[in-house]
Amino acid sequence: MNAPLPTAVDWSLAAHQVLSRHGFSVVGYVPDGGQKRMIELCQADARMRTVVMTTEEEGVGLASGAWLGGAKTVLLMQSSGVGNIINALGMLRECRIPALILVTMRGEYGEFNPWQVPMGQATPDVLRAMGVTVQHADSAAEVAEQVDAAARLALGSYQCAAVLISQRVIGIKSFQDQTSQ
Amino acid sequence: MSLHRRDVVKALLSDRGGLLVVAGLGSTAWDCTAAGDHPLTFPMWGAMGCAAMTGLGLALAQPARRVLVITGDGEMLMGLGALATIGVQRPDNLSVVVIDNERYGETGMQETHTAHGVDLAAMARAAGFISGLLLRDAAGVAALRKSIHETSGPHFAQVKVAVEKIPLVLPPREGALLKTRFRSALLGAAADLQ
Repeated sequence: MNAPLPTAVDWSLAAHQVLSRHGFSVVGYVPDGGQKRMIELCQADARMRTVVMTTEEEGVGLASGAWLGGAKTVLLMQSSGVGNIINALGMLRECRIPALILVTMRGEYGEFNPWQVPMGQATPDVLRAMGVTVQHADSAAEVAEQVDAAARLALGSYQCAAVLISQRVIGIKSFQDQTSQ
Repeated sequence: MSLHRRDVVKALLSDRGGLLVVAGLGSTAWDCTAAGDHPLTFPMWGAMGCAAMTGLGLALAQPARRVLVITGDGEMLMGLGALATIGVQRPDNLSVVVIDNERYGETGMQETHTAHGVDLAAMARAAGFISGLLLRDAAGVAALRKSIHETSGPHFAQVKVAVEKIPLVLPPREGALLKTRFRSALLGAAADLQ
């Protein structure tokens, strides 16, 4: 990956601390390069159970079942994965199940892969159409604050809330980086 | 002689004790309701393909309780990846039972993949379930019920049942109600303040 904009902020660490403080104990994820460090931090946290999923849609069931049992779930995914959960999101809304989704964006700021653009551009609209509250983090410094606010809204108001973390924060992939990976 | 789905589900839910139940949408939700509506049964009216994962979330949140997912072949087929995900997590308190009539029952009884030989039990075994049984008789169902309550899972069973049109027995529909009554019964009054 190209270097992200210069910053001293370790947004993954800061956001993980927010998740920990709010008591999220189940972490469902489909890997994304932008969330590599976040996934590793959650895996290393003894109070979090990480669940690797084959598709993001599984996360909606996971979050629903966990909340039936009293546990709080955060889902980690790439923007393309948002397209895989649309119908399932109806369960969170109909049942008023709180859930937090952290989405690392593709298909927007400086994207090199045209196949990522349609879903990336549609991501906020698709989430809103299904009743998910959408927040944006466009700089590393504001990720933790946005995650905190979204977590409060999700847990306090029994909603599904998503934080879209811009490609500007995670760095822009290039063809050269792709071929070297 | 073919098994009847209502008999199978009634047998699996008999003397259920503290069992927590997730019922997949459609016929299996009606089957569970016919066996007796219960606050600790969460019948799904949508989110097709999500029943097994809902069971996994519940099993992880409540490791001291036994969790049973009862769902249909069509519903399971829509979320086959869940078998792999459960196979990685391996919760010992989770069982997934597919009531397999080889049909999409709510949409006109069209044949599902299992009518053409797709073996869900073998898939579950290959994914890492402790057991993956294909059952066709009442004795097998009785043994399955015992395993669900007493032995370490995750268990999977595919129970072949007759194709039949039977009366609907509907649970409450409202999702928020179904969630709240489940949480209240499981977690007590504290659930309302979480």
